[in-house]
Amino acid sequence: MTATREPETARKSSSRRGAPRTLVGKTGEFLDERLKVAGPSRGYLNKVFPDHWSFMMGEIALYSFIVLLLTGTFLTFFFDTSMGEVRYNGTYQPLQGVEMSRAYASTLNISFDVRGGLVIRQIHHWAALMFIAAMLIHMCRIFFTGAYRKPREFNWIIGILLIVLGVIEGFAGYSLPDDLLSGTGLRIADAIMLSIPVIGSWVSFLVFDGEFPGTAIVGRLYIAHVLLIPAILLALIGVHLALVVRQKHTQFPGPGRTESTVSGERVYPIYAAKAGGFFFIVFGVLAGLGGFAQINPIWLFGPYNPAQVTAGAQPDWYMAMLDGSTRLFPSWEIHGLFGRYTVPAIFWPTVVLPTILIGLALVYPFIEARMTKDRAKHHLLQRPRDVPVRTSLGAMALTFCIVLFISGGNDLVAAAFDISLNAMTWGGRVALVLLPPLAYVATYRICLGLQRHDREVLEHGIETGIIRRLPTGEFIEVHQPLGPVDDHGHGELTYSGASVPKRMNQLGTGTLRHARGFFRPVVEKPEIAEQLAELEQAEAAESADERRHQLTD
Amino acid sequence: MTHSTTNVPGPDELREMSTEEAMLAGAEADGVHIVHRRQRFPIPGTRAERRAELGVSFMFGLAGLAGIAFIVVFVAWPYEYHLAGEGSQRFRFYTPLLGGLLGVMLLALGLGAVLWAKWLMPEEEVIQDRHDEPSREEDKLMIAATLSVGLADTGLQRRRMLFGTLLVAGGALATVPLVALVGSLIKKPGNKLAHTLWGQPADKYPNGVPVIYGDGRRVSPNDIQPGGLATVFPGVPGGVTSANTPTLLIRLRPGQTVRPRGGQAGFGWGDYVAFSKICTHAGCPASLYEQQTTRLLCPCHQSQFEVLQDAKPVFGPATRPLPKLPLGVEVVDGAQYFVATHDFFEPIGPAYWERP
Repeated sequence: MTATREPETARKSSSRRGAPRTLVGKTGEFLDERLKVAGPSRGYLNKVFPDHWSFMMGEIALYSFIVLLLTGTFLTFFFDTSMGEVRYNGTYQPLQGVEMSRAYASTLNISFDVRGGLVIRQIHHWAALMFIAAMLIHMCRIFFTGAYRKPREFNWIIGILLIVLGVIEGFAGYSLPDDLLSGTGLRIADAIMLSIPVIGSWVSFLVFDGEFPGTAIVGRLYIAHVLLIPAILLALIGVHLALVVRQKHTQFPGPGRTESTVSGERVYPIYAAKAGGFFFIVFGVLAGLGGFAQINPIWLFGPYNPAQVTAGAQPDWYMAMLDGSTRLFPSWEIHGLFGRYTVPAIFWPTVVLPTILIGLALVYPFIEARMTKDRAKHHLLQRPRDVPVRTSLGAMALTFCIVLFISGGNDLVAAAFDISLNAMTWGGRVALVLLPPLAYVATYRICLGLQRHDREVLEHGIETGIIRRLPTGEFIEVHQPLGPVDDHGHGELTYSGASVPKRMNQLGTGTLRHARGFFRPVVEKPEIAEQLAELEQAEAAESADERRHQLTD
Repeated sequence: MTHSTTNVPGPDELREMSTEEAMLAGAEADGVHIVHRRQRFPIPGTRAERRAELGVSFMFGLAGLAGIAFIVVFVAWPYEYHLAGEGSQRFRFYTPLLGGLLGVMLLALGLGAVLWAKWLMPEEEVIQDRHDEPSREEDKLMIAATLSVGLADTGLQRRRMLFGTLLVAGGALATVPLVALVGSLIKKPGNKLAHTLWGQPADKYPNGVPVIYGDGRRVSPNDIQPGGLATVFPGVPGGVTSANTPTLLIRLRPGQTVRPRGGQAGFGWGDYVAFSKICTHAGCPASLYEQQTTRLLCPCHQSQFEVLQDAKPVFGPATRPLPKLPLGVEVVDGAQYFVATHDFFEPIGPAYWERP
C-alpha cells in the first residue's frame, strides 16, 4: 500500500517495477508470493457490516465465549478432578480439618491460595451467565425480526444447538467444584436420568459409573466441560460465523436498503475498531463483575454431603426454568405400566417438556414458511409489529418461560413477600396455563395499534404540538407531513417496513448542531474559523441542492 | 465471494491514482460502493478535533495506568485469608481491586477504540452487493453431470454386491466405536437401587444394624427431645458417606400418634419413627421438619410429607411416601441403643422404570 505512494522512486531504485520498499510492503509481498492473499484479503477488509444496536447481542455472546476460553484455561492449571477424600488444611480457616474431595479442595485453593484465582473464577462464572443470557436475547432478536427466514434456517438451527450445548456446558462447569449446591444439582440430574423409561437406571449407572454419586463423575464432567463440549461449541460457532460472512448480515429496511444489497460500514478500519473495542468493553464489564459481585461462594456451601441441603439455594439462572417446571408439575406418576413398570412424574417436566420446546423452536422456520407459503429469500428484517402472529407467538413463549423462571425461585418469592409457598405453586400452575394465551391476545392488539399509528403518521404527519385557532373558532393541531401530500393534504408516502419518525426531534428540529461549547462559545484561530465558515456555506448549498433534486424527482 | 472483475483499472492506472482513488477502485472491484464518505474534521486543527483526540487518548492512557496499577496490586497486595479480627483484613480488597482495575483497563481500552471510530475515523455509508442470486444454470448442469459421472465411475449402482458390502462396512464403522465406548461405560444396575447399606446379613448383625450419627456415635433413645429429630446412618463401613442411607430419626411429641401405612405398624419404637431422608421425587434430602404441622419439606421442589401419616406426600410433585425404617433397640453395657431390624422395604429416593 505504501509502495504505491511513491511510485516514481520505487521504480527508479528497484530493478522490478512496483517492487515494495517499505517494511509493510515487503511483508505483504512475502505473504503474497506464498499465499496469494492480495485479492481475497482486500475483499474481506472491504466487507460491509450493517449497524444496529440489536446486532450486538450475538457479539456479546461471542465475546463472552472468548472470555470463557481464556479464564477457563487459567482455571485448568489449578483444578484437581479427583473425588478422593482429603482433609483440608489450606488457608481458609473455617473449613480446616474438614473431609472433602480433592476437587472441592482445589477449588478452595483457587479461591484463597492462588494469586488472582478468585477473580478469574468469578469472571469465568459471570461470563458463563452472560454467554447464555446473550445467546437467548440474540435468539429473541432473530425470532422477532424474522432473521431466521430463508436462506438462514441453518444458522437458526445451529444457534439453538449452541444454546442447548451452552446450558449443558454451564451445568457441567458449575458441578465441578463438588460443593453442596452443585452436588444437590447433580443428584437431581441423576433423578432425571433415572426417570427415563426403559433405560433410565442404565443411563444413570453409565454416567456415574455405578450408583450415585460414585467417584467418577467429576472427572467425566471435567473432560466434557474443558474438551468435548467446548470443541463442539467452537466448531458450531465457527460455522455460525462463516455462514454470516457467506450469506452477509441482515438489515432493517430503510432508505437505500434493498434485498440485493447490504449497507453499513466496512470492516477495515471502522467496523474492526468498533467490534474490537466492544470485545474489550464486554470483557471489562465481566472483569468488574468478577471483582465486585460475589458469585458461587462455594466455601460458604461446604463440601457435598448427600445428607445435607441448603434452603433457598438456587441453581444458575438458566436452570431456573427447568427447576420451575419440576416444581409446578403435579405428582402424576404412572404405576404398573405393562403390569410392573413406573414412569416417574419428574420425567414429564424435565425430559419431555424441554424436548418439545427445543423441537418446536428447531422446526419453527419451516412451519412458518409452510403456513405463510413464503418461499422467497429475505435479507431485510421485519419489524415485530408488522408480523403480529409471529410476535404474539413469541410473546406467548416468553411468558411461558417467565412463569417457569419465577416458579424456579417460588420459595424465595414466597419468603420475600410472605406468601404461602403452596399458593405460589398453585399460582404458577394457573399462570402457566392462563397467561400465555393472554399474552398472545394482548401482543396482537398492541402490534395492530402500532401498525395503525404508523399509517396515521404517514397520512396526517407528525404532531408538532402547535395549536392553531381557525377563524371559525375551531382549534386544530398543526401536523408536519413527512413527504409530498395530495390535494386533501394526505401524505403520499406508503409504509415500507422501516421505522416511521413520530416526533419532531427525530426530524432533526430539536438538535442545535452549531452550538459548539457548553459553557462558552468556542473561539477558533482566525484562519481556521475562516475555513470553517467556507465549508459550512458549501455544505449548506450542497444539501439545499440535493433537496431540490429530490423534490423535482 | 464473487468479485466482479470488470472495470478494474490496470496497474499503471492505479499507480497514477492517489491512494484514496485506488482504495475506491478496489472497493468497486469487490462490489462495495462507498456512497458517502466524509472526514469527521475536514479542517485539521480545530478545537473540536483536538478535544476528540484528547478524549480518545485519555481512554488509552487510562487503560495503561490501570494495567500498571493491576500489576502492582497483583504483586504487592496481601491476599492471604485471615479470620475477622485475626491479622490484616486488607486481603478482602484484593479481588475487588484486581477485578476493578482489570475492568477499568479493558473498558477504557474498548471505549477508546469505539470512540476513536466514532469521533475520529471518517463517517461512511457503504453499500455492498449481496450477490445472492442462485448459481448460474451452466454451473448447476455441470455439477450435476460431474456428480453423476463420478457416481457411475464407482459403479455402485450396477455392482450390487459391492454396494451391499460397503453398506455393511459403513454400518460396522458407525457402530463399533459406539459399542466400544458405551459398552465400556455400561454398569449393570441390577438390584442395587432397591437396597441400601441398612440391609446387612443377620449373622453379622444379629441384633440389627446399629444406628449412628454422622460422627460415629451410637444413637440412644434418650438423646433426642420430644419434637426433635436427627439425621442418622447405619453403623457399617461406608454407611455415613453413602447417598442412600441418610435417615431422619424423629421423636414425636407426647400425644402425637402416627397412623401407619399398611404393614408398617411395628416399624416405630416408642415415640420414635425413622424415614428415609432422600426425597422420593428428585433425591434431595427432605430435611426441613416443621414441628407444628408435623410436615417434612424438601427444599428443592417443595414436596411436603405428613409425618403423622407415615410421611405420605401431601403437597408438591412427590408421589410416594418416604420409606420407613423398622427400628429396634439393643442393650449394650446396660445402655439402650437404636438398631435397624431390616433394610427399607421399598427402594428409597427417586423412582425409575423397573421400580416395583
